[in-house]
This record gives sequence, C-alpha cells and structure tokens, in this order.
Amino acid sequence: MSVKVMIPTPLRVYAGKRDSAEFSAATVGEALSGLTSQFAELRKHLYTEDGRLRAFVNVYLNDEDIRYLSQEGTPTKDGDTISIIPSIAGGSCENAD
Amino acid sequence: MSEVLEVGISAELAEKIREHGVETYPYECCGALLGKELGATGRAESEAIGAGSSREIRSLHPLVNRRDDSPRNRFSVTAEDVREAEKAARAQGLDVIGWYHSHPDHPARPSDYDRDHAWPWYSYIIVSVHTGVPQDMTSWRLKDDRTGFLEEKISPMKVGVAS
Repeated sequence: MSVKVMIPTPLRVYAGKRDSAEFSAATVGEALSGLTSQFAELRKHLYTEDGRLRAFVNVYLNDEDIRYLSQEGTPTKDGDTISIIPSIAGGSCENAD
Repeated sequence: MSEVLEVGISAELAEKIREHGVETYPYECCGALLGKELGATGRAESEAIGAGSSREIRSLHPLVNRRDDSPRNRFSVTAEDVREAEKAARAQGLDVIGWYHSHPDHPARPSDYDRDHAWPWYSYIIVSVHTGVPQDMTSWRLKDDRTGFLEEKISPMKVGVAS
C-alpha cells in the first residue's frame, strides 16, 4: 500500500528539494523509515541519537497527531498522507525558570 | 563565514522585531519570518548546511509565546502556529524562511537550548533586550551536523513590505 509523506520546508534540502515522497508502508513508523532510508541526511533532524522522534517533530496521519493514536505503530492504509510539521522552540539560557 | 550567509531585512521590519521584543519584555517574543530564498552562491559553506546563502525577509508574522511556564527565557511555537504562519506566507506568495525571538537580559547569541531545538535551513533572528531596551540583533542557521550555528549577515534592504 502506498502512503504519501509530506516533507516540511526546512528538510527539503536533504530530499532533493521534494515536498513529498511515497512509500509502501503498513505503519507510520515504516513510512518514516522509508523516508530516512531514502534520504539519510534527514534522520538526525527527525530522531534523537537513541532513535526517538525529537520533541519538536510533530507527525500527523491525515489530520490526526500520532501522539493521540498509536505513535509510530499507527497502522496506515493505501492513500493515507503523513505530514511532518515542525514546532519551534528556543530560549536565552540553559535552564528554564 | 558571516559573509557567506546573508539575510536581507528592511529597517522598518527590523524595527518591528525590536518593538515586539520591547513590548513583551521581560518575556521572550517570537514570530515567523516570511520571505523568499534567493538561491545559492555555490560556496562551500552554504553547501555545508544544505542551504542557499541569500534570502530576503519581506513580512513578519508575530506570534504569541506559548511557554507560559517560563516565558522569560523560553519561547515555543506550536505546530498549529507553524501551520498558520505557513498559510499566512502562502497568502502573500511567500515562504516561512525562519523565526525570530528575543533574549531578555541576555546576549543575542544562540544558547545550547536554541541549538537542541533548532531546525536546519531556517534563519533564526535573535534580538537582545536589556532592561527593556533593544540591543544587538543577530541571525543564525543551524549547521548540518547540529553541532552549532553559523552566523549570517543581516543586510539592510531599502524597500520594506508591511507586515
């Protein structure tokens, strides 16, 4: 089954400037694995060194945040769209108040 | 390196960023930079961060800092805010090319926390606001390997576009 992954603007430079790519995948995790296999430079920006999705990487299956589904184990079906949406954070020093 | 990467901004828009930082002081302000990528120079350093070297900011999309637990030294823009900023950019024929935020009573240099949470490609403008008065403004892009930022030159542009 084919699943489309929408690539956010800041990562397109690592994906041949493409805004999407299609993968055969049964879960969200498999689709993201397909993405990072095809475009290896993306991986470090999506995942921490221990292989977890970074906190500011938001993944939606169609319009549902996968945090409220089954995370990366969320099953996909033919024609689904996975969107990677950044959230943005920062701050002036190392420790919050 | 500072001459390799460049972001253009009008005096008017730069002033709006400073004003936003003053308005929210002692809390951090934040917003999206809307503009256009002008293309790569082909120089080694710009390729090293996988990005073109020159871009122009043509509009701003100020946002509300969502970090109400620690707004003096943190800012947060939700995925929904990002979507909203992208929609605003598209409506003006522009792209979200980066983000700005203030550092109240801290220098305009990215912290480790900034680096840990940064995305590649985007320009990150930081304005320092000391005791309510705007000071330096700098702009940065995350290195490809996430080990730090490269500073980019902020170039004054003559023509501003209202936000």
